[in-house]
Amino acid sequence: MAAHKDYHFDREALNEQFVFSAKAKKTIFIIIGIGVLFSLIGLFFMATDSGHHDEAHAAIEMTGNKLASLENPDAVQAQGQHAAEAGHHAYHWTNRVKVNLWINIIYFIGLSVVGLFWVAIQYISMAGWSVGFKRVPEAFASFLPLGLILFLATFAWGYHEIFHWTDTSLYDEGTAAYDAIIAGKSSFLNIPFFIGGSIVIIGGWYLFHFFIRKQSIAEDKATDKTQVRKRYRTMVKLSAAFVVFFGVTSSVASWWWTLSIDTHWFSTMFGWYHFASWWVAGIAAITLTVVMLREAGYLKFINENHLHDLGKFVFAFSVFWTYIWFSQFLLIYYANIPEETAYFVERLSSPIYRKYILVILLVNFIIPFFGLMTRNAKRKMTILKVICITVIIGHWFDFYQMITPGTLRENGSFGFLEIGMPFIFIGVFAYLVGLSLAKAPLVAKNHPLLEEAYTHET
Amino acid sequence: MAHTSNTMEVDKHYILGVYSDEDDLKHGIDDIREKGISIYEVFNPYPVHGLEKNLGYGHSWLPKAAFMFGALGTTCAISMQTGMMGALWPMIIGGKPFISIPDFVPVSFEMTVLFSAFGMVGSFLVSQDLKPYKVPRIFDRRSTDDKHIVAIDLAKNALSEAEIKTVLKEAGADEVNRKDFTEEENNPSFFKYLGDLFKYGVRSTSRPK
Repeated sequence: MAAHKDYHFDREALNEQFVFSAKAKKTIFIIIGIGVLFSLIGLFFMATDSGHHDEAHAAIEMTGNKLASLENPDAVQAQGQHAAEAGHHAYHWTNRVKVNLWINIIYFIGLSVVGLFWVAIQYISMAGWSVGFKRVPEAFASFLPLGLILFLATFAWGYHEIFHWTDTSLYDEGTAAYDAIIAGKSSFLNIPFFIGGSIVIIGGWYLFHFFIRKQSIAEDKATDKTQVRKRYRTMVKLSAAFVVFFGVTSSVASWWWTLSIDTHWFSTMFGWYHFASWWVAGIAAITLTVVMLREAGYLKFINENHLHDLGKFVFAFSVFWTYIWFSQFLLIYYANIPEETAYFVERLSSPIYRKYILVILLVNFIIPFFGLMTRNAKRKMTILKVICITVIIGHWFDFYQMITPGTLRENGSFGFLEIGMPFIFIGVFAYLVGLSLAKAPLVAKNHPLLEEAYTHET
Repeated sequence: MAHTSNTMEVDKHYILGVYSDEDDLKHGIDDIREKGISIYEVFNPYPVHGLEKNLGYGHSWLPKAAFMFGALGTTCAISMQTGMMGALWPMIIGGKPFISIPDFVPVSFEMTVLFSAFGMVGSFLVSQDLKPYKVPRIFDRRSTDDKHIVAIDLAKNALSEAEIKTVLKEAGADEVNRKDFTEEENNPSFFKYLGDLFKYGVRSTSRPK
């Protein structure tokens, strides 16, 4: 008989502790510094140079008015006045700051909740391969409290500029500004419900994170098998409850936070589209963090087999996002109903926004699709890193494209502020994730499926 | 098969190592390959994880075939639609231009998937010589139950039968057997297949012993 190779799985040997080193903190502060610098330059230009775009937007206003007239003849007058006002008087450079804050808040809240969603689906599906780096997505959700604070603060500061439906004059029946369509949506789109609902949504996500995290830490400290089993089962139940909660709230959140910006327009696919964008960007962020930790010498047993599966996720959900993104467009393009096409006319015919469509298609579909197609590409850290960074940037542009045209209209542009602000958010996000990672051992050493992750092969 | 004529020559000789444990099998395969013996095939009752590594198999070229067929599908779809809508039979649909790329995307996508899937299945069948009239060689019926069978082709190895049997025993095989086949019977020519079909009917072919 051939002798069996000695195999003994030693959980304790896998134990690792992430140290949030001074060097990593310095890098993060440099990133935040770059962001602040760029934002300040952007703010300086905007404050001294407002009203610069006046000549360029006549054409767009015309398109907007034409659409408005097709849609709702009664409101043309009011809309026209409103647009003209927005263009010349009501637009203030701070609007752009508010909108930029909103884009980044929505995007980064999404990235953090995707971390939690990832953990939850791994538990429900009893996936073993991802156990080794489960602390990384777990740490992502630690951004949520700050996200909620920023969310409420930005809403309080900029609700009037970001959300057209908060304008009280729209609801006065009989006046010129009255908008029957928006008035019909007022039972969902009103400020108390919006704020209350958003607090319940983000707060609910955080509570789930809090309890799952608590169980996860307790599992690490458990000393006997019955305790571990109890913790594991509780986490499976919590995850199942969270997935149901998230399934509803991610859609509702997308309607409130992003879809309602273009108040007249609606799309039944929007919840999915919004989620798909968050989800693939979140997976790319998880992959990127795992690769960076791996390069810093942590997560020693994470090898190319685990990276291969993460790469598959980025590849597959890039295709999924493209499918949803294109399906939403195709049906509206094909049916050609003015009240629906208005949304895409705004984005595809405007000289300000139409260039981003190709950027989004290239960066979010073509690059990950061809870049991650082969087996070897998914197993190489450098390729994964480059593609994950492009996907994260690309989906930021996706959110830019969802939010900016409806709020800034012809005053929107891409400058120093748009580059600087995501840097600040990335820095803060990375800092919070780093703090959270340092609080607990990097490997969940008592996880029942850790051995499966250890021996994982693809 | 019921219709073996006596003139057929028994020309394929295999030595079979029977294993009941998958770990023994994997280590056994390592030992056998270390001795320089080439393994014809391994039969398992269930997929054994990582066995292809022990056997030293390289990566399959099927993904490449899938990509090439997929690209062929995209090309066919786009040229078909452009040709039909642009030149052969232009139609106004929803007021769109005759050649409008968004309209072509669903069809191109479907044809890419179709070509890629069929092309891959076809490549696999052709490359593995899986034709309808091929009679499978049953090495050991227990490989569908609870035994792992390692088959070694005697003609492909320089060692004698006795030597291979010793190596297999040393490599932990529970039993070592010999099994012979007739190539002509298992892998008949297409014309013989047709002939048998006419002579004996559909149900008489492709039945292993």
